[in-house]
Amino acid sequence: MKRIVHYLNQFYGQIGGEEFADQEPILREGIVGPGTGLQAVLGEKAEIVATIICGDNYFADHQEDALETILTMTEGLAPDMFIAGPGFNAGRYGLACATICAEVKKRLSIPVLTALYPENPGAEMFCSKIYIVETSISAAGMRQALPVMGTLAEKLLEGGEIGFPEEEGYIAQGFRVNVHTKKNGAERAVDMMIKKLRGEPYVTELPMPVFDRVKPAPAVKDMAHARIALITSGGIVPQGNPDHIPSANAGIYGIYDIENLDRLTSEGFMTVHGGYDPVYATEDPNRVLPLDVCREIERDGGIGELYGRYYSTVGNTTAVSSAKRFAEEIAQDMIRNEVQAAILTSN
Amino acid sequence: MKLTLNKFHVQDIQFAEASSFCSGVLYINKAELAEYLMEDTNICSVDFDIARPGESVRIVPIKDVVQPRFKQSGSGQVFPGFVGDVETVGNGETNVLEDCAVATSGKIVAFQEGIIDMSGPGAEFNSFSKMNILVPLIYPVEGLDKHTHEATVRIAGLKTAAYMAKTTLGLEPDEKEVFEHESILEMGQKYPHLPKVVYVDMVQCQGLMHDTYVYGLNVKGILSTMIGPLEVLDGAIISGNCAAPGHKNATIHHENNPIILDLLRRHGKELCFVGVLLSNESAMLKEKKRAAYYTSSLSQLLGVDGVIVSEEGGGNPETDLMFNCRLHENKGIKTVLVTDEYCGRDGASQGLADVTPEADAVVTNGNGNQFVVLPKMERVIGDIETVRIITGGNVDSIGEDGTVSVEIAAIMGSCCEMGYEHMTTRLR
Repeated sequence: MKRIVHYLNQFYGQIGGEEFADQEPILREGIVGPGTGLQAVLGEKAEIVATIICGDNYFADHQEDALETILTMTEGLAPDMFIAGPGFNAGRYGLACATICAEVKKRLSIPVLTALYPENPGAEMFCSKIYIVETSISAAGMRQALPVMGTLAEKLLEGGEIGFPEEEGYIAQGFRVNVHTKKNGAERAVDMMIKKLRGEPYVTELPMPVFDRVKPAPAVKDMAHARIALITSGGIVPQGNPDHIPSANAGIYGIYDIENLDRLTSEGFMTVHGGYDPVYATEDPNRVLPLDVCREIERDGGIGELYGRYYSTVGNTTAVSSAKRFAEEIAQDMIRNEVQAAILTSN
Repeated sequence: MKLTLNKFHVQDIQFAEASSFCSGVLYINKAELAEYLMEDTNICSVDFDIARPGESVRIVPIKDVVQPRFKQSGSGQVFPGFVGDVETVGNGETNVLEDCAVATSGKIVAFQEGIIDMSGPGAEFNSFSKMNILVPLIYPVEGLDKHTHEATVRIAGLKTAAYMAKTTLGLEPDEKEVFEHESILEMGQKYPHLPKVVYVDMVQCQGLMHDTYVYGLNVKGILSTMIGPLEVLDGAIISGNCAAPGHKNATIHHENNPIILDLLRRHGKELCFVGVLLSNESAMLKEKKRAAYYTSSLSQLLGVDGVIVSEEGGGNPETDLMFNCRLHENKGIKTVLVTDEYCGRDGASQGLADVTPEADAVVTNGNGNQFVVLPKMERVIGDIETVRIITGGNVDSIGEDGTVSVEIAAIMGSCCEMGYEHMTTRLR
């Protein structure tokens, strides 16, 4: 039979209320508290062999030590799976459940599971890393949560395919995956139109993503003494594309030398961007990365100097996560090189 | 207005002494077709190849896909402005070769041509893999500039499609589908209690080989306009678009615009389909705004209750999509959007370049960033090396064992934003 280790706080672990919140991790053999209900759901398929109990405050105040102790205890029991909670909307407890599960998964490479209310900070911080069954706000939802946890735990133990959140009852991990549908997209759109017109409920297939908003930096006061860098998402690279920047969804950017160049030539540079007509950029790469006019402005004293290297990537179906990483790294590199401002060109 | 589509199901294409259609087999006389295409003096030589469903064949690079059609009766001729004169189409009878397509091949922009796999996992991502495909391989005269090259290949594809369907003239079709569409005044009287819906077809015309043609006219810079849905089915809208293959609206998508087809099929029953508005996706912000304002005004003039808006391409066109949504919703017109998304290989990123809170009814046709490994095929039509530079591919896309690793944006029509395919995304 598969072995499960269960984690509870001092309250559900039947040690006591808030006055026992400083309890250090302790190990109890077998089932404690909600473990009884969980074991009933699991039946013959798996056994809760031990329960680890830790006070909410102790975990919050001594997270590193607590994690170390709990991990050591768990490892010693050689379980096939680790389950924590349910923690409902309890802040400290929920965060502990999720933090410990994520750590167990990372270090012991066994399946883990907890159950929380979606707005619990533990759920918000860890739902992309571990499976978290969605619960109601309070322990009144215990009876509903345990069977869902049991079914998902069995699947995780068997290594079977895990379905979608609404089928399995876990909080969405935030990954959008392609699935084939019975009706084509057009029929689905007309269905949705009719429902919307009739005032009937419908589900949008793409809830609007929330964008990060970046507050622009204050204007440069003294451009005549500023060092300015050039950045482009228009895919201008040295001939031959030395860094192999892809023509779409680029996961990398390049930094290239323009120190001794007055303008870009088509012999020296090219575009690898896959989203626009490359004819005119191939003819004259300055049309996308305006080195020629920047040099003129530099000579005329409009800017202090042009930074001797430029940054380039391809902004074509490129994931925002990649773009964000490029921006952070490029900004750091510019700070290191005392660049005061940058001109970004697209295509 | 009434248009009958005479549908002929093509089970095979074969080269033969004479071009004809017999018992589901389309026979093509290569020399005759080549001669017809080479009337265009920009073509140096042309060859043809055939790809059939289930074969171990990969076609790459593909610029456009066209469904063969030819008018049996009625005014004008298919692909008006290119094959036919600019006379109005969309009435009478049109012969259609079903399960059949022309895929024009040839390196033009190189980045923006796509893949069709006739079998294996890549075949799951579009309907073209289930069709019998004739591939004209068009070699231009030396020194032909890219823009003329694009036009040459585009027109050759349309001529090939018309030539193929012409073989069915006078023959008895396998099935007929009849579409009827009244004038707006008439339908208002006929269906006073049905909700009125207009379809906003956002066409991408930005110049620089991102262009769409209506009756032969590049509609870049037009004020939004109206077109009869039956005209679209006769090839009044043609793709000249070299955008990313996964979500460019190819000519076959226009001819079979699935939103138009579904609205026509439900017209008079669940809704009243008022017509099609063309709203141009420009590259400039002011023009995007003008198009959306003008389109929403037309919708208001028509007095519609609802509007379905489809997108072409991605990135800046999302601004057109969101403007159209916001302006229509602000006028009290209920809006449904049809798009696709690019949310990274893991699906965890924001998948659109622009958003608006009014967009609460959106159909997505998939994440174009999904990464797939396609097995080696026994035969490649075209040039496999282009996989390294097309959108969705990269320099390491071709494995030593001949496998091809790409994002599905490289597969023709995979995430078609008219909802031609059967795919969506789900959050997990």
